[in-house]
Amino acid sequence: MDLRYTDAEQEFRHELRTWLEGVLPDVGPVPDRDDWAARRAYETGWQRQLYDAGYAGINWPAEFGGRGATPTEHLIFLEETERAKAPYVGMNFVGLLHAGPTLIVEANDEQKAKHLPAILRGDDVWCQGFSEPNAGSDLASLGCKAIRDGDDYVVSGQKIWTSFAHVADYCEILVRTNGDVPKHKGISWLIMDMKSPGIDIRPLRTMEGSTEFAEMFLDEVRIPVANRVGEENDGWRVAMTTLSFERGTAFVSEMLQTMELCADLAKLASHITSSAGTAWDDRGLRRDLGYIAAELDALWALTKRNISEAQRTGLVGAGGNVFKLAYTDLRHRLGDVAMHLLERASLSLGDIGELPTGEHMQGRIHAISMTIAAGTTQVQKNIIAERLLGLPKEPKPATKGVG
Amino acid sequence: MDFWLTEDQEALRDGIRSFVDGRFDYETSAEREETEAVIDPATWSELGEMGVFSLRQDGFDTRAAVVAFEELGRGLVPGPTVATHLAAGLIDGAAEGSAIVGLYEPGPDATVVEHAGQVTDLLWVRDDGIARVDPASIAAEPVEHSLDPLSPVSVAAADPSFELIADASASVDARRAGTLLVAASQVGVAAAATDLSNQYAKEREQFGRPIGSFQAVKHLLAEMLTKTEVARAAVHAAACALDDASDDDVDRAIAVAKVMAGTAGIFCGRTGIQVHGGMGFTWEVHIQRCWKRAVVLENTFGSADRHALAVADTLTTQGV
Repeated sequence: MDLRYTDAEQEFRHELRTWLEGVLPDVGPVPDRDDWAARRAYETGWQRQLYDAGYAGINWPAEFGGRGATPTEHLIFLEETERAKAPYVGMNFVGLLHAGPTLIVEANDEQKAKHLPAILRGDDVWCQGFSEPNAGSDLASLGCKAIRDGDDYVVSGQKIWTSFAHVADYCEILVRTNGDVPKHKGISWLIMDMKSPGIDIRPLRTMEGSTEFAEMFLDEVRIPVANRVGEENDGWRVAMTTLSFERGTAFVSEMLQTMELCADLAKLASHITSSAGTAWDDRGLRRDLGYIAAELDALWALTKRNISEAQRTGLVGAGGNVFKLAYTDLRHRLGDVAMHLLERASLSLGDIGELPTGEHMQGRIHAISMTIAAGTTQVQKNIIAERLLGLPKEPKPATKGVG
Repeated sequence: MDFWLTEDQEALRDGIRSFVDGRFDYETSAEREETEAVIDPATWSELGEMGVFSLRQDGFDTRAAVVAFEELGRGLVPGPTVATHLAAGLIDGAAEGSAIVGLYEPGPDATVVEHAGQVTDLLWVRDDGIARVDPASIAAEPVEHSLDPLSPVSVAAADPSFELIADASASVDARRAGTLLVAASQVGVAAAATDLSNQYAKEREQFGRPIGSFQAVKHLLAEMLTKTEVARAAVHAAACALDDASDDDVDRAIAVAKVMAGTAGIFCGRTGIQVHGGMGFTWEVHIQRCWKRAVVLENTFGSADRHALAVADTLTTQGV
């Protein structure tokens, strides 16, 4: 146990910090959330800059063009980019952290050569076509049908929660290639060119009002068999390999933002007048926020523990589920404290004069999605109970084919 | 950066765990709590021989100490283990376990002292230094029913007669180490409650299957494990801070550890009882002792509430 960084790690941090200080002044302001053309230019432009400087694919193996950094260096990278307010991974997320790593492990040489460098350079944006209206927590029951026709699969069905679908060049898509076998055994993983005819994308407006998500309707979309990654009907396993890439760093940027949000809230409270002086004189508020701040520090420690585990064993294990369960619940509590503090000002999602209502209330709403996305709190609890505590699974109905 | 236990720390943990498992099994706890003297002096000396009280005097760091005290907490070892540890090197016999040194923490309305009938000395961590209090001087009156029978308490009826035995800077160190070692013990209690309840949920059957297969029950256990793991990470991080093996602020890290470990201990104690159902509320089932010990530790070296307020104070004065 020693939380100090080694000389090599410090050197890595120093070089990165120096580079960020040099390039960030010319990056320009963050575009409007719903200005997709401007966002694409901004986010992929930043990816190109990272690429040119040797920081693209920080955690990808060097033989595939990545930096091959250790989990701790990845942590430092995220700390420094957050600290310097560098652009977020944004729409490069699926390519860099999901599709790319899957291709590295499972794709053939031709597929790797075509796609990996384009992801690293920021040339191609990827989206993910996994969830369906009837396949959420039970993802393996997905029914989007792919029928083999010569050298193509003909794909029809519906996908949902497809972030960045309308700006993406490619989609990693899970399709049902066999409906007569147990559900996990009839799925294939395909690369779908988003320019293919038959794709209808409809924005799905979230309760935040953002248009990041989309529903994707596929009507006889032809996807070449050559775009299949892994064997036919082995797509479930291919999709799961992505999980083995997680090194405990998934929430680092978010955690740092949340710590700042928490400190901002305390400072805001000390400027809001109340009958007793300022809102910060309220012992109940200080206590509530103190518990949250304490838990944030503890979760930061847990993040380091998970990253250490990944560095030692190559896997983060169920520590990642423990983290997500606690962290996402905390975000709800932090949001509630903000809402109570702001009182009627919380009814605005934008700033009111000097009051930074926008940051806190948009954060409050966003927190609602966090206990649902990427495995709901209830799914996380099942995983923790079954994998870490070894509790028996809930008896399931007899498995049968789907679709 | 490395958060992993070293091989030496793992060996220390395993050694203490096997000793504690052998000496402080449930039957022994149940027998001791029916007697006047819950601390067995012979076992106390064995703890001394194992180096539990003298660890940091013997050159081990705080990281080793928190690993050791988590195990003492797990075994619900009765007695003022933390105070005796803090007294090692200051009060004769503490390091060896021939003295039983209790903690003197005056309260605003009542000064409640644990094990007053058995302690040889009391340690008082004052702002101006560490004092040795003569236990006879406080004329402690045992209460009729202690919340935790393994931590019998008395109420001081007279002002203490004391002598300062270390300076103010030693007080700062003792308060930091004491708070953290209590937190480590709380993590042990939380872990014990989680283990016991997990085992019970696998064995106990209702509606024809183990209750642990019902999501309503397994979700409680998942929360217990989560609280325990998060608290342990906080305790280990604070130990690194105290050992100068991190850049974190020492006092904030220790307050965080006490908040998280206290919350985990109480939560896991009561949720563990819930998992045990009606049997959990009986005297004969061990889980109830976990909750009781969690309450005792929660009120030693400051409650989670008090430390949460201390953490809150740092929000307006420190960066993130």
